[in-house]
Amino acid sequence: MKQNQMIKHHLTDKILMAYSAGQLSEAFNLVVATHISMCDECRATMSSFDALGGALLEDETLDGEAAPDLQATMALIKADTPMERTPPPSRPTETPFPLVAYVGDNLDDVKWKSVGMGVKQAILKTSAEATARLLYIPAGVAVPDHGHHGTEFTLVLRGAYSDQTDHFKRGDVEIAGEDLHHTPVADVHSDCICLAVTDAPLKFSGVLPRLLQPLLRI
Amino acid sequence: MLYIEPSSSHSELTRRYPGSQNNGASYEICKKAKQVMSVTLPSVADWTAHMCLIRDNQDEAAFAELFRHFAPRVKAFLLKSGTEPTLAEECTQEALATVWNKAHLFDPTRASVATWIFTITRNRKIDALRKQRRPEPEDLVWGPQEEPDQADVLAMTQETKKLGAALTALPSKQRLLIEKAYFGELSHSEIAIETGLPLGTIKSRIRLALERLRHAMT
Repeated sequence: MKQNQMIKHHLTDKILMAYSAGQLSEAFNLVVATHISMCDECRATMSSFDALGGALLEDETLDGEAAPDLQATMALIKADTPMERTPPPSRPTETPFPLVAYVGDNLDDVKWKSVGMGVKQAILKTSAEATARLLYIPAGVAVPDHGHHGTEFTLVLRGAYSDQTDHFKRGDVEIAGEDLHHTPVADVHSDCICLAVTDAPLKFSGVLPRLLQPLLRI
Repeated sequence: MLYIEPSSSHSELTRRYPGSQNNGASYEICKKAKQVMSVTLPSVADWTAHMCLIRDNQDEAAFAELFRHFAPRVKAFLLKSGTEPTLAEECTQEALATVWNKAHLFDPTRASVATWIFTITRNRKIDALRKQRRPEPEDLVWGPQEEPDQADVLAMTQETKKLGAALTALPSKQRLLIEKAYFGELSHSEIAIETGLPLGTIKSRIRLALERLRHAMT
């Protein structure tokens, strides 16, 4: 949990508000929830937007509609088995909790598919509006130079990488818009694993990667 | 005005709350929360004491009071978000049943009851309308041995009240934009974050609460 202090690249207020308001697609919800699990700063910002949602809820009035049914709700409660009131079990912390449902507990057990040049990926199962995948970049290797048709969020889970803009470590999230053409290069001392979410296919600069794009689903 | 509950429930709560059957720590927070309600801030009732009664005593009367306040607001919120009346009623009942079932997860140093219920409602809505799961950040839970600090609970209540008052005082044009963002009429790229609301103070309050929680967990 001490990684908190080291995070330098955060989510924007706009994204955190959209997350709080429930306006993001599943893949973006996943990368936001994963970053927040690692970053108290963004957790606090999100919570302040939740507080705004709470204030809006408090102001609502139900005009001309039937009042909600308390008896039916009590029946619902009594039909349920009571929840276990135990704290969540402690678990290995490399894979942040929101990701576990998508990739399992251990990043070493992910079923990778080769993208070429040692780079591997695993596409996660989310709703179709946006794509989430794990990227595995061997130490010192570069991901092909690419721009984006939409937005790309890249969250570092293991190792670190650099691109033309900065250096990104575990917990850091890079937000790349259409204007950014970048070549992420993994640090030499360790392989790098990232969660990358895009709301449009990436556009690669080289001819070969572009031909492969439909096959690779990136 | 926000956060004023029917005056009768104060005495109700006092009458109904013997406290003797609880473990010490839980009793302490309920007792303090009650003091906060009835002594420190007579007109600014928070619902924390009700949550304690639900959590510790499975108190159906406390739940009924909380239901009568929040369930109509939840339903109104869902209707405004474009949910059909039948589904809105169903989601309201499910959301309020979740309040009962997850009472032990509510942390009054990090959110007001209204805020917490807002997050439950939002998630229920995403589930029902989009048929998607919504990845949520790892929850930081205070266990029975780490009861929240009363000064934190009180401060959170005050910040929440300030936010509510500021929201009420907002020019209607700006208010409308915020409502649109939360009721789902704006895409995330259209969301504006210049709310003009005192979100910064509530954020620092939450950050403090998180720091204390992290400290207690390590």
